[in-house]
Amino acid sequence: MRIGVLALQGAFAEHIAAVERLGAEAFEIRSLKDISGSFDGLILPGGESTVMKKLLHRSGLYTPLRDAIADGLPVLGTCAGMILLASGIDGGEEPCFGTMDITVRRNAYGRQLGSFSCREKFADTETEMRFIRAPYVTEARGGAEVLSVHDGKIVAVRQGRQLAAAFHPELTDDPTIYEHFFSLIEDKD
Amino acid sequence: MKDRYQLNKELAQMLKGGVIMDVTTPEQAKIAQEAGACAVMALERIPADIRAAGGVSRMSDPAMIRSIQEAVSIPVMAKCRIGHFAEAQILEAIEIDYIDESEVLSPADDVYHVDKTQFKVPFVCGARDLGEALRRIAEGASMIRTKGEPGTGDIVQAVRHMRKMNSQIRHVVSLHEDELYEEAKQLGVPYDLVKQVHDSGRLPVVNFAAGGVATPADAALMMQLGAEGVFVGSGIFKSGDPKKRAEAIVRAVTNYNDAKQLAELSENLGEAMVGINENEIKIIMEERGI
Repeated sequence: MRIGVLALQGAFAEHIAAVERLGAEAFEIRSLKDISGSFDGLILPGGESTVMKKLLHRSGLYTPLRDAIADGLPVLGTCAGMILLASGIDGGEEPCFGTMDITVRRNAYGRQLGSFSCREKFADTETEMRFIRAPYVTEARGGAEVLSVHDGKIVAVRQGRQLAAAFHPELTDDPTIYEHFFSLIEDKD
Repeated sequence: MKDRYQLNKELAQMLKGGVIMDVTTPEQAKIAQEAGACAVMALERIPADIRAAGGVSRMSDPAMIRSIQEAVSIPVMAKCRIGHFAEAQILEAIEIDYIDESEVLSPADDVYHVDKTQFKVPFVCGARDLGEALRRIAEGASMIRTKGEPGTGDIVQAVRHMRKMNSQIRHVVSLHEDELYEEAKQLGVPYDLVKQVHDSGRLPVVNFAAGGVATPADAALMMQLGAEGVFVGSGIFKSGDPKKRAEAIVRAVTNYNDAKQLAELSENLGEAMVGINENEIKIIMEERGI
């Protein structure tokens, strides 16, 4: 299994380490030449979504990646990565990929003083969640299935082969989210 | 409080691979965000102007910092003077995302730094070598940057500090376990931090480059030397075309190993900040707070 991790800015190294710990292969995506080979899944990491969106367009990666996601490439978006996948952003900001039927609120828990961690239910199990200036989902529509709710707010969603979390599985040793993501990839065949 | 420190170190992890830009107005903050800054440093005067103006340089007006917090969605940082815990308390009260206890401002205490463990908001501090970095971490800093020599547009000190830190880390890694106690004594830092560096081969927190970055090539140089991101102070808004230069530096940090791209994005950036050589300056900021 070969996973591409968007490496324009943010905590991509942590995702790569987590994927490799679980025995899969991971590589960085910084420019078009990095996606010339085939790969089985894509991770959009945490960081600043405004920066990543900007660099996606400038690097020419935006269109091929959006098309691949729309064509069913399994994708995991965490924190900023979830914002990139959302088709709506509170406040009317232009979405990035917009491939998931969700609306998100950026910095929904406030500034850094609002960052926190918790354990919470995820699908039929539970997992450690670390929220860093995190967003949450204000609305899940159509095919978007809610996988986790914390304190009344939606924090993890799946739609087809797209998985989005407001928190950071790459900052913990807990493999739950990756295992869920890998199962979406394996279902493909 | 332990989880709070962990969360604060993790915010720095989210900034990695990015550029943090000094801004003095909400308009500049918007330009910086638009250009791809991963955070902004709100201050009344950029280091080059602090240098030119002389006198005592203090924390910025909270109203000015707030206006920048309202203008952008990316994290907003601000500086307090070294040892000035009351300024730090004020910055925490306005919910700043990161406090830079900075040698760029006039030090308020020539012996003690702020006890950063007493704060919920994270701190970034400057360091010239491994000893300084680990002392700041022991005091509670959750992110480190090289000091460089701010406001000069001269990269030489940032390079010196990054190389020194890296070579000291390599040395610590090479030591035998029973030599770490003496190394901690020599560095003037707690043993457990030296042990962490020995075991992991890196600083326990994210390490950015700062001080003197003026061009995309400067940014790429620092990234290749091992910086995890870059602060740009005077280099952007003291240049001929701030927007274009800011965008180019952001892309240079992402593509720091791709010389062909670096060549393209270094083209036609207009005038770089004029710069001052280290032997032409009167105030050496890097010697503050060691």
